[in-house]
Amino acid sequence: MLKIIYFASLREQLGAEQHEFSLPKTVTNVGELVEVLKEQNPDLKDVFDSAPKILVAVNQVVVSKDFKLTENDEIAFFPPMTGG
Amino acid sequence: MIAVQQEDFDLGVEHKKLIDSTQSVGAIVTFTGLVRQIYERQLNDDLVQSLYLEYYPGMTEKALENIESQASTKWDLLGTSIIHRVGELKANEQIVFVGVASRHRKDAFLAAQYIMDFLKNEAPFWKKQRTEKGGKWIESKQSDIDAAKQWL
Repeated sequence: MLKIIYFASLREQLGAEQHEFSLPKTVTNVGELVEVLKEQNPDLKDVFDSAPKILVAVNQVVVSKDFKLTENDEIAFFPPMTGG
Repeated sequence: MIAVQQEDFDLGVEHKKLIDSTQSVGAIVTFTGLVRQIYERQLNDDLVQSLYLEYYPGMTEKALENIESQASTKWDLLGTSIIHRVGELKANEQIVFVGVASRHRKDAFLAAQYIMDFLKNEAPFWKKQRTEKGGKWIESKQSDIDAAKQWL
């Protein structure tokens, strides 16, 4: 199972902090996972499509959309950082 | 040294730790970031009452350690300290501390700025400001992205 986590404005808009997700056989990378999540959840599609920019981290490292996924990865979606 | 914590920090205590890091310390530069009461000019009288700081436990610490070690490979440093607070912080409270100890001042000045520039863009923290009118997540600034790029 994948662990999917949302932070900050995404967490609030989705009303969800994290959930588990079975990696479909058709999904090989981050970009494909996002498309499947959008198909399955119209609210997530609205939130993701309206966000100016969303970053993705796999196993706590920021990656690009073509990053390959494997079972048991921890995937986090969040807006650009605003610390400091 | 890295710390992500809710509690406040004491500048004097952190400064002393850097002095004590080795006998070769000749310069210490420290930076302290605060919660501004007036965040953006266009908000006019909309004073910030508090900031809520969210982070990604695990990844945040890793990102800070990575920034600290990058700085240590670029300059001759004797000690570094990054403390970032999380949770609910009131106006004028301290948010972040960066302290760098080195033999000579130039390394400490440059490393402190480098650490802050990358912390802004690469450490997963998110700020939500609360005013009388409600809460609003702060958006990242192009000037912060540009500040980190100048080092590349």
